[in-house]
Amino acid sequence: MEYKGWDQVEAGAVLPSFSQKSCDVVNQKQEERNYADTNSYTASVSDWRVFKPVFNKDVCIDCQNCWVFCPDTAIVSRDKAMLGIDYDHCKGCGICAEVCPTNPKSLIMFFENEENEEVLSQWPEKKKKEK
Amino acid sequence: MSKIIKNLKQFSTSNDRFEGAHLLCPGCAHSIIVRELLNCTDDNLVIANATGCLEVCTAVYPHTSWDASWIHIGFENAATAASGAEAMYKTLKRKGRLKDPNKPVKFVAFGGDGATYDIGFQFLSGAVERGHDFTYICLDNEVYANTGGQRSSSTPRGASTTTTPAGRVSYGNKKYKKDMVAIMAAHGAPYVAQVAPNKWKDMVKKYQKALATKGPVYINAMSACTTEWKFPADKTIDISDMGTDSLVFPLYEIENGTKLTITYRPKNIVPVRDYLGVQGRFKHLFKKENEHVIEEMQKAVNEKWELLQRREEVGV
Ligand SMILES: Cc1ncc(C[n+]2csc(CCOP(=O)(O)OP(=O)(O)O)c2C)c(N)n1
Ligand code: SF4
Ligand code: SF4
Ligand code: SF4
Ligand SMILES: [Mg+2]
Repeated sequence: MEYKGWDQVEAGAVLPSFSQKSCDVVNQKQEERNYADTNSYTASVSDWRVFKPVFNKDVCIDCQNCWVFCPDTAIVSRDKAMLGIDYDHCKGCGICAEVCPTNPKSLIMFFENEENEEVLSQWPEKKKKEK
Repeated sequence: MSKIIKNLKQFSTSNDRFEGAHLLCPGCAHSIIVRELLNCTDDNLVIANATGCLEVCTAVYPHTSWDASWIHIGFENAATAASGAEAMYKTLKRKGRLKDPNKPVKFVAFGGDGATYDIGFQFLSGAVERGHDFTYICLDNEVYANTGGQRSSSTPRGASTTTTPAGRVSYGNKKYKKDMVAIMAAHGAPYVAQVAPNKWKDMVKKYQKALATKGPVYINAMSACTTEWKFPADKTIDISDMGTDSLVFPLYEIENGTKLTITYRPKNIVPVRDYLGVQGRFKHLFKKENEHVIEEMQKAVNEKWELLQRREEVGV
């Protein structure tokens, strides 16, 4: 989209969230919505990340801790199942990996430049309980 | 009509109305608190936002992160904006000029502690006194975060801030935190509560109660701030847990000014010292000459907890 200069913006700006007038937002999943390009959903903060969470579906128990505590609406959960991370909106804070209760964790933080397939193939084993 | 939320799995089927790519710091609790509010209801929402981190970071031209009606006017007047919108809505409804008069609409205001405890205090007091039907939520990070960490009247004793820096001659902020929950209850508001994002179920329950209440509601939400409290971004929930479990942030509600109910009793109470120890803003308290402040804070927390329990018992 084309940005206006600061001196071209009128006082009392209105930013529409959707491109259609009426949007039944509570009954629509994000992928079904007509976002306006003034909605931050259309933007990306992926370049904020130093570390990224990687999701291992095989260990996940769909508890949804990561979903409720993610500050950036970047955990994609649909129909009670955790599907993965929305890397456009994830800032790599690491909260999701901290609150993940499985052993080994289903979400682990890695350096942004590591390959997901590679780290998934070397996922840590179950840790024995420390006495 | 209240949305039924039995467990976290079911809660996770909510379609988010607070979008990502806002510019709040990684790990900021403000957005966790806001997401839980927007996800706890299916009603239409009209949201007024005071100036502060939440407002500044979620409406950065040309983007908005809000999929609900949202208005920002100034620092001090979120309560006024919400009351104005609510009064206009009632008038339009009475005059039969609403398109969909049966669709429930709820009015919510968000403000930081600077906006709430200090600068918007009389505006909030006025709105509650006039009895508008709205819910005011204070995102309490105990500091003016958005302007670089100045002390507010919510800043706890002993915290180092840019206007109360700890150093050779000072252990930081000397004043105790203002008891905003008690002050709002004293207005006779029908519902007043303290919440924390780590206790999501307690929070959702109180939010739903708040939205269902006719009349003004005040909610004080503990909002751990990774930048000003000085802790790593992934520890937001851990530190919030320590806040509620040390009883520095007790979770309770007050109905009609007097009926006080404690809604969370930690199984293992964490020493206040442990909560302070994980935050850089209290680091200097662990020097020998400042240790007395930790003891004083523990004593104040114990006394407050005792008072809450007695108020609950007696119902005053
Ligand atoms: C009348 C007025 N005074 C001062 C400011 C500058 N200002 C903008 S945000 C802010 C701090 C907000 O602190 P708080 O309300 O605690 O919210 P937080 O950023 O901590 O979430 C200040 C002082 C302003 N915008 N308007
Ligand atoms: S790292 Fe942070 S922003 Fe990214 S998905 Fe996890 S909780 Fe969300
Ligand atoms: S917290 Fe872990 S186990 Fe729970 S849903 Fe998220 S990834 Fe799966
Ligand atoms: S400074 Fe604190 S309150 Fe503001 S965005 Fe950062 S973490 Fe959130
Ligand atoms: Mg603040």
